[in-house]
Amino acid sequence: MTPQPKPATRVPMREQKASERIHNFSEVPLGYSPEEAMREAQRCLQCKKPLCVEGCPVNVKIPEFIKLIVAGEFSEAARTIKETNALPAVCGRVCPQETQCEEKCILGKKASAIQVGHLERFCADWERENGPFILPAIKPKNNKKIGVVGSGPAGLTTAGELIKEGFEVTIFEALHEPGGVLVYGIPEFRLPKEIVRKEIDYLLKLGVVLEKNFIVGKTATIDELMREEGYDAMFVGSGAGLPSFMNIPGENGIGVYSANEYLTRSNLMKAFKNDADTPLIKGKRVVTVGGGNVAMDSARTAIRLGAEKSMIVYRRTEAEMPARTAEVHHAKDEGIEFHLLCNPVAVLADESGFVRAIRCIRMELGAPDDSARRRPVPVNNSDFEIECDVVIIAIGNNPNPLIPRTTPDIQVTRRGTIVAGEEDGRTSKKFVYAGGDIVTGAATVILAMGAGKIAARSIMEDLS
Amino acid sequence: MSTILKKERLSESIWRYRVLAPRIAKKRLAGQFVIVRPCSTSERIPLTIANADAREGWIEIIFQVVGKSTMLLGALSQGDELCDIAGPLGKPTHIEKFGRCVCIGGGVGIAPLFPIICALHQAGNNVTSILGARSAALLMLEEEIMAHSNRLFIATDDGSKGTKGFVSDVFKSCGKSGDIFDFAVVIGPAIMMKITSALTLAAGIKTFVSLNPIMIDGTGMCGGCRISVGGETKFACVDGPEFDASKVDWDELLKRLRSYKTFESAAREKHACKVAGAQ
Repeated sequence: MTPQPKPATRVPMREQKASERIHNFSEVPLGYSPEEAMREAQRCLQCKKPLCVEGCPVNVKIPEFIKLIVAGEFSEAARTIKETNALPAVCGRVCPQETQCEEKCILGKKASAIQVGHLERFCADWERENGPFILPAIKPKNNKKIGVVGSGPAGLTTAGELIKEGFEVTIFEALHEPGGVLVYGIPEFRLPKEIVRKEIDYLLKLGVVLEKNFIVGKTATIDELMREEGYDAMFVGSGAGLPSFMNIPGENGIGVYSANEYLTRSNLMKAFKNDADTPLIKGKRVVTVGGGNVAMDSARTAIRLGAEKSMIVYRRTEAEMPARTAEVHHAKDEGIEFHLLCNPVAVLADESGFVRAIRCIRMELGAPDDSARRRPVPVNNSDFEIECDVVIIAIGNNPNPLIPRTTPDIQVTRRGTIVAGEEDGRTSKKFVYAGGDIVTGAATVILAMGAGKIAARSIMEDLS
Repeated sequence: MSTILKKERLSESIWRYRVLAPRIAKKRLAGQFVIVRPCSTSERIPLTIANADAREGWIEIIFQVVGKSTMLLGALSQGDELCDIAGPLGKPTHIEKFGRCVCIGGGVGIAPLFPIICALHQAGNNVTSILGARSAALLMLEEEIMAHSNRLFIATDDGSKGTKGFVSDVFKSCGKSGDIFDFAVVIGPAIMMKITSALTLAAGIKTFVSLNPIMIDGTGMCGGCRISVGGETKFACVDGPEFDASKVDWDELLKRLRSYKTFESAAREKHACKVAGAQ
C-alpha cells in the first residue's frame, strides 16, 4: 500500500475577523476542530530523531503527542504533553514556536513546518473541556518543604515538577491573583484568564499550596522562611517587575503609563470591563513606544478600549522588532499604525499636566551594536510631533529588587538580575534557586518554564 | 483570615479598623503601609499601618471615606473579612535620636504620622506635635498622640478647636516664640505638605514628608506612583513613601494626584445612587 501523501500546506487556524475583534476582548485565534487538528497532525513525518524536541526548552514529546492526535486520542495526547509541560494551554498560545520547535521541523525546510503550538493548544483545550481528568501519579510525601516565590510561569513549573515528586510546595504570590505576567501582563484576547485559572487549579489539585498577598522580602524574608518556618529550599521566580522609563522630559505627565501599569489596570484590575473600580485613561489617540510583544499587547488593548488611533513608535525597523511576527501581523490587521525609525525625545502636556503630544526624532540604521542589530542613530533636525492623549512606555522591565535587597547573601549582576547557573538554577546562596526573568531579564514564558524545570531537578538532587 | 476585630469611628468620615494580620503585625515598622481590597472588584487601596500589636497579631488602619472604594471599605462591619490585605510595604521611617522633633499632621495625614510620633518619642526625642483639621469634628487621635508627645498644638480652619488657622500658622508662632527643632516630619494633603515643609526647610530644619501618590500594586511593578525627587524618578512604593522634603517636585505630584478626578467623582455618584436606590 502506498502511504497517504502528506499535504504540503498547513491547516490554518480560524480567527475572529479584525473588524469584529477590535471591539471585544475575546481570543483572536479560535482553535482547531478535531478534524482540523487531525489533518494538521497527519502532516507530521514522525522523525526517528525529532529535532523539534531539541528545540523545545522543556522537551515536550512532540512526535508522540502528534501521533496520538492522528489516532484521535486527544486527552491521551494532552497527558503526554503534561509529562514535561505543566501549562500546555498557555504555551500553545504564547510560546514563540517559530523560533523553537517549529523552526527545527524538517517539513519547514521544504514546505512549511508543522504547527506544534496550534496542536498543543488543541489538546490542552480538548482535555480541559472533555476530560477525562486524570491526576498524574504523585510520589509519597518525602517531608521536604519547598517555597516558591512568584506564581508566574517559572514558579508554576517548579511547583508542578516538585509536587509530583513528593515535596510539600507552597507558592508565595505578592498580588491578589496568582499567575504573574500571565494574569497582569498578557491580555485576555491573547490568553484568556479562565485558562490560566484552570491551569493553576490543576496544580492546587495536585496539592500545591498558594499564599496570595505574600510579598517575600517584606511579609517574610527568604532567611526567615528557611530558618524559622522550616523551608528546606526556596525557588525565586519573582520576575522582571520594575518598568523602565526613557528618562525624557514630560514622562511623568498624566496619561503616560508604563506598559505594566496600563496592562495591569486593564487585565488584573479589569478596567476593560465596565464594573471594575480601577480607572484607566482610555485615550482617543494612543502612542505605544517599543517593538516587543508587550508593545503589541498594549497597542492592541488600546484599540479595544476605544482608541480612534493606536500607534506604535519604534526606533528601528520592522525587521529588528523583537515581537513575534504573528503579533505584528495581528496588530497591523487591527489598524495599528507603525511609526518606524523614530524615537521619542519629549512628552508634551497641557497646563493641567495631561498629555497632548509626543515629540519624536527620526532615526536611521548605523553599524551593528552588541545585540547584532544595526544601531539606530538620530537624524539631525528631524523633530516632529504626534498628537496623542495617552503614551504607553513598553521598552522593557528591570528585575524586581525586593528579593536581592532583602537577601544580602544572594549574588546579583550589575543589572540587578540574580546570578543562577544556566544548567542548574543554583544561586550563590545554599538551597536557594532562581529562574525566569529575575535571572535572564525580560524574556519568554517558555524560557522561564525551562528554568523552573532545571531548578526543580537541582532541588531534587540537592535534597535527596 | 483578615477579620475586622474592631470598627471605630474617629470623626464623621474617618474610621479605624483593627484587623487580624499576624504576619504583617510581626514585621511592620513605623512608616510602612498595606494594600487593602474590601471586595473582589475593588481597587487596591494603599493605607498606612497606624498601629500594630505583634503579640496579639493585629494591625490598625485609618481611612477617610472619600470615594467609592473607601465607601465600600467603610461599609464593612466588625467580624467581616477584608478580601485582601498585603504588606508591610515601603521603607520604614529612619528613626534615630535627632533631639527636638516637630511632627506636623494635617487631616487624615495624622494617621500615618501617629506611628512615627510614637517611634521618635520612644527613641528619646523631644517631640512637639502639631495637628490640624478643617474642624474639631474631623480631628483624630488627639489623646493617643498627646500620650507620646512632649507638647501638642491643635489648629482648625474654623477655630472650633485650638488655634484658628493652619498647622503652618502654629509652626510659625513656635518659631516666633524661639522654638528650635532638629528634625521635622510633615504628613497630610500634598498641598499642606508643600506649604508647611517650605516653612520648616526655610527654618533650616531637616524635613521628611510621606507621599501619597496614586498606586496599584505597591511592589514596584507598575510605576504608577512615580514622582520626581531631586530630579530623579522614584517609585513611592519601593523607594518611599518617605522622602526628603527639599527634593520633592510638588507641582508634579499635585498634578498627578488629579489624574482620575473625573473618574472618581463619577464612580462616587454612581455608587451613592445605587446605595440610595437599594434603601
